[in-house]
Amino acid sequence: MRDYETFFRTNRLPHIWCPGCGHGIAMKAIAKAIAKLDLDQDKTVIVSGIGCSSRASGYMDFDTLHTAHGRALPFATGIKLANPELNVIVITGDGDCMAIGGNHFIHAARRNIDLTVILFNNNIYGMTGGQASPLTPVEKKATTAPYGTFDRPFNPCEVAKTAGATYIARGTAFHAAPLVDLIAQGIQNKGFSFIETLVQCPTSYGRRNKMGSAAAMLKDMSETVIPLAAYNRLSTEERNEKLPSGVLHTDVFPEYAAEYAKIIKQAGGDKA
Amino acid sequence: MSEARLMQGNEACAEGAVAAGVRFFGGYPITPSTEIAEYMAVNLPKVGGNFIQMEDEIAGIGVILGASLAGKKALTATSGPGFSLKQELIGYAAIAEIPAVIVNVQRMGPSTGQPTSPAQADIMQARWGTHGDHPMIALSPWTVRESFDVAVKAVNYSERFRTPVIILLDEVVGHLRERVELPSAHEIEIYPRRMPNTTKAQGYKAYTPMEDLVPNPANFGTGYRIHCTGLVHDETGFPSGSPKVTEQTIHRLHEKIMRVQDEITHYDEFFMDDAEIAVVAFGGTARTAYAAVEAARHAGQKVGMVRMMTIWPFAENVMRNLAKRVKGILVPEMNYGQYVYEVERAAAAQARVVSLPKYDAEVFTPDEIKQAIEKLAAEVAK
Repeated sequence: MRDYETFFRTNRLPHIWCPGCGHGIAMKAIAKAIAKLDLDQDKTVIVSGIGCSSRASGYMDFDTLHTAHGRALPFATGIKLANPELNVIVITGDGDCMAIGGNHFIHAARRNIDLTVILFNNNIYGMTGGQASPLTPVEKKATTAPYGTFDRPFNPCEVAKTAGATYIARGTAFHAAPLVDLIAQGIQNKGFSFIETLVQCPTSYGRRNKMGSAAAMLKDMSETVIPLAAYNRLSTEERNEKLPSGVLHTDVFPEYAAEYAKIIKQAGGDKA
Repeated sequence: MSEARLMQGNEACAEGAVAAGVRFFGGYPITPSTEIAEYMAVNLPKVGGNFIQMEDEIAGIGVILGASLAGKKALTATSGPGFSLKQELIGYAAIAEIPAVIVNVQRMGPSTGQPTSPAQADIMQARWGTHGDHPMIALSPWTVRESFDVAVKAVNYSERFRTPVIILLDEVVGHLRERVELPSAHEIEIYPRRMPNTTKAQGYKAYTPMEDLVPNPANFGTGYRIHCTGLVHDETGFPSGSPKVTEQTIHRLHEKIMRVQDEITHYDEFFMDDAEIAVVAFGGTARTAYAAVEAARHAGQKVGMVRMMTIWPFAENVMRNLAKRVKGILVPEMNYGQYVYEVERAAAAQARVVSLPKYDAEVFTPDEIKQAIEKLAAEVAK
């Protein structure tokens, strides 16, 4: 297996992320998944939006696209349709994907276009200094929720499921090894794949909410996020304190780019 | 030439784009531009291209920028409210230097306005709608046939300069049906996608400007592994915080287009040999203006017309020289007065510049323009 480190632009490192940030763990997991699947480096594209997570694209040695805030999925959709032989991986954050990019997210899932979306969920807008996102849990503090949030957060995996994604998984920065497999399975799924990856943000989220160091946040993650089978054995009340991890949902549905290729054939454009 | 056909401006625009090599359309339905999307939905798959109806106007431009980066020539079409939404990524295309064509079939605004009524009120928005300093090319056809030609030019310019190009159609020309004879494929000049001229081993950098100040970023999937961003970036394509790089980049983005401004300034002159009054008009209004100028000539007025196809970059030299040739310039436009300010600035008081605005959701009548010509002629004769 190829060394995952060769998938980084080492001259662009060190990264801009804060000490203790979980984004590096998630980014490494993506590189390892690509190495595991032995994807063609020249036929793999990384697309990102705007935010801390989305800076990852610049560090990875593929064709990479750092788009506008929330817009990674429309760009990625254009790339995949224009050249279906490319593996298109999208890196996004909780604000990027679920707030400003929310409409694009549900429609990309609805189309079941063959994209693999890895959402780096740190529950906060980190780059702008700690504002509440649609994935900030209730009662947590943020600069724009100084008295604690009361907005109900999305469960992004449930949103993806309802919208039609055909592969949905949840992993964490603590469970780094299984995360690689979850991402690799997502890339292998021929359709819209979504991997929510919980990552710690000690600087803009943990500190304000007295969650301790990065290590303490990771430890908390290790206790809160449990395998789906264990989660299913819990009572409804017990489930309130936990989140299931692993492959949460799979489905079979025609893939968008492949379906459009049939339209082209029907219209005679395959001979054009 | 092909045989004569009865065609609509929107259809001719779409057909011109396909003839120029467009193989990807993304968009969102909106009156009065929808016929372009509908044409593409039927015809693009016939030539191996893609049509996709997106979830919103922003996605409609985002998807074509992605397709363009992956190597397909791409176009989107919209109208007023959608044009407002597309501004965000028009700026992205400008700084990331992604070829793309945006058709705006202008309708009356602001906001939902008069959705099926004509206007030319997005002239300044086309130039300045997205934030920050950026160059802009915008072309406006006045006939159905020219809608085809303008589409070919727009696609070619977007590829040659790697910049977004706007087609400013209006509801009049977009929905007009005329008899047209379109050029056949071999008569159309196509500017091919620019390709890297060095290898990675030779030190290729995606955003190194060539002699024409335009870089050759490689299409995705061709082994160059480039980085593309909306952040200010240096020749490598990676973000740079350097004031010097920032200044050079913004300057180059403008200069790559302004250095060939005269070459891309397209316009027609009618009856200008002895003209003391010039009517400057474009798009649907130019059709009425032509009739008015002819009628005024019959009535003895020394009036001519300058019909602009290139709206942006503004035809600075054309207007400066025009102001030296005539005593008065009349600028009829279906808005509250927009293009006239640029004409006035370029004329620099060398000729009297008069605005003839129209914002009642109706087209001009020839008589309205003829009367304004007569009034201006009387004023400058004093």
